[in-house]
Amino acid sequence: MILVFCELKDGQIRKPSTEALSEGRRLADAAGKQLGALFAGASCAGAAEAAKFGADVIFTAEGPTLASYSSDAFATLMADTVKAKGATVLLAAATAVGKDVAPRAAARLGAGYASDVTALSIVDGKLQAVRPVYAGKAFATTTFSSAIQVATTRPNVFPAAEKAGAGATEVLPAPAGDFKSVVKEILAKASGKVDLSEANVIVSGGRGMKDGANFKILEELADAIGGVVGASRAAVDAGWGLPHSMQVGQTGKVVSPTLYIACGISGAIQHIAGMSGSKFVVAINKDPEAPIFKLANYGIVGDLFEVVPELTKAAKALGIGSN
Amino acid sequence: MKILVALKQVPDTETKIKVAADGRSLDPADVKWITSPYDEYALEEAIRIKEAKGAEVVALSVGGDSTKEVLKNALALGADSAVLLKGDGQGDAYQVAQMIAAYVKDKGFDLILCGNKGLGGDNAAMGPMLAELLNVAQANVIVKLELGEGTFKAEREIEGGSEIVEGALPAVITAQKGLNEPRYASLKGIMAAKKKTIEELDATPATSGAQVSALALPPERPAGRKLEGDAAAQAQALLQALKDEAKVF
Ligand SMILES: Cc1cc2nc3c(=O)[nH]c(=O)nc-3n(C[C@H](O)[C@H](O)[C@H](O)COP(=O)(O)OP(=O)(O)OC[C@H]3O[C@@H](n4cnc5c(N)ncnc54)[C@H](O)[C@@H]3O)c2cc1C
Ligand SMILES: Cc1cc2nc3c(=O)[nH]c(=O)nc-3n(C[C@H](O)[C@H](O)[C@H](O)COP(=O)(O)OP(=O)(O)OC[C@H]3O[C@@H](n4cnc5c(N)ncnc54)[C@H](O)[C@@H]3O)c2cc1C
Repeated sequence: MILVFCELKDGQIRKPSTEALSEGRRLADAAGKQLGALFAGASCAGAAEAAKFGADVIFTAEGPTLASYSSDAFATLMADTVKAKGATVLLAAATAVGKDVAPRAAARLGAGYASDVTALSIVDGKLQAVRPVYAGKAFATTTFSSAIQVATTRPNVFPAAEKAGAGATEVLPAPAGDFKSVVKEILAKASGKVDLSEANVIVSGGRGMKDGANFKILEELADAIGGVVGASRAAVDAGWGLPHSMQVGQTGKVVSPTLYIACGISGAIQHIAGMSGSKFVVAINKDPEAPIFKLANYGIVGDLFEVVPELTKAAKALGIGSN
Repeated sequence: MKILVALKQVPDTETKIKVAADGRSLDPADVKWITSPYDEYALEEAIRIKEAKGAEVVALSVGGDSTKEVLKNALALGADSAVLLKGDGQGDAYQVAQMIAAYVKDKGFDLILCGNKGLGGDNAAMGPMLAELLNVAQANVIVKLELGEGTFKAEREIEGGSEIVEGALPAVITAQKGLNEPRYASLKGIMAAKKKTIEELDATPATSGAQVSALALPPERPAGRKLEGDAAAQAQALLQALKDEAKVF
């Protein structure tokens, strides 16, 4: 069996998990194996949707002890399910929870682990992964020597493909409690906005924005085209009140949107490292020699304070983002 | 209180990646080596805890002879002692975790601080694996840490916000940018570090779970196109291109 740990949010499977499930289905077909989907929480309502993404069996562990995320509780559940069902591959999406729990589960299983992978295949019956290293400046093919193989899939890379699975259900017991660590509180959960790492469209600003308040024009453009706002480190470190969570780059978020619009960003190697996985890059910069243009599919040499509002206006006129 | 800080030596962020002749590792020629930046936050946090409430800080690295630079720097910054677990080769995070776990066992560390990921390798795996092997609590990608009597409270970054994780010590905590602002080594610190020795031990042999079989550079991006005209015309042309050519919208 190939087992995929899935996350629910508001009774729906999170998009990165549907991507991991879809990839799991593809691998299960290639290996001639069953696909299992594993859910845990106070309630697993919504888990049945996993059948739409190819799950043959849906495992749910429900109970008050699983209401808050605990790395040891979730790792135990994952590892125990892998062992009980004889799974050889364990996948999760490379989300905050996935990246926290998957390596712990891997160590419990004595398994090799590849994080944030961008391609997976089955070679000679074992998982093989491709993952960006040096923040996307190179790609490493990772092979496994362990009997069980664990990987997390980078959000926005694997297509979520609907393919009906049997969707049989099996209820698992929730762990008893008394965990080593547990999440007590969630702070400042930005309402409705997706995280940069999962965003399909990103509008980023750099030092060329001149002031934090000017990020308003990026917000307006992002709202018009259904995007999220990011920043370079120079902007985050400038004391403009931008949180580090907005930083894209080697020491910030590594993103892989369909569209990345860089406004007033020069294109330093550490910034490019974080966004070179974008499918399309647009650069808006007044310096025609700025290195970011080397990477850009479309370049606009000009003053961002003129171009960005024009883009917002044109996007609204064209009714973009409304789809 | 006894704190271990795990520090990894990594290529500088400016490094231009060249693949070595073996086709699966980084060509080390012209590479400048640094301490992984996240590990610097981990070390700074340990030193601040030491300054605030007293603690013994041990810096540890798994690597070869060149890795001693990382440890010398840690001593200059305020670590009390330093340990190099020597081994050849490029194992995976699981192998490193087993080696560190074998060293840590029964030494009575209350807190193990790591970077949330090793710059370059980017697995973000060693910390949680070590926590599991030691059967202790973990909290990853931490931007704030408070210690109580045998407990910790940490703020960790998650999608679109953060969350508070509480747990029992001993624990493995992995640092994120924002946790603190690392200091620079003082002349006094550098001089004092010269008098300290780095303990060198052979790492306990351990097997890896994953190996890099090939390293490749990303494909060249196709040449782009500059859009002409005034701002309004450029904006119009861009949106049309994104719609019709790139089919983004
Ligand atoms: C260890 C380390 C880690 C790092 N990690 C990161 C990281 O994760 N992310 C990151 O981004 N950086 C990182 N950096 C920093 C990086 O080296 C650069 O300093 C930074 O990316 C520069 O940001 P910038 O492009 O916004 O600023 P600049 O390089 O100053 O570029 C500003 C650009 O704005 C343009 N501009 C100015 N005004 C206008 C205008 N009105 N209209 C249009 N264009 C205009 C200018 O022509 C210029 O190209 C790191 C550095 C180090 C040493
Ligand atoms: C015997 C041996 C020798 C090695 N020698 C080297 C070497 O000389 N240079 C090199 O770059 N890699 C070396 N490797 C390290 C190995 O390639 C990586 O540590 C491993 O692949 C994980 O890398 P990562 O950056 O993805 O780890 P991550 O899981 O992303 O690392 C997370 C954190 O774990 C800690 N950590 C990770 N690796 C080490 C380490 N080696 N020592 C101390 N703390 C660590 C750090 O706090 C780091 O921030 C060696 C491995 C072995 C087994």
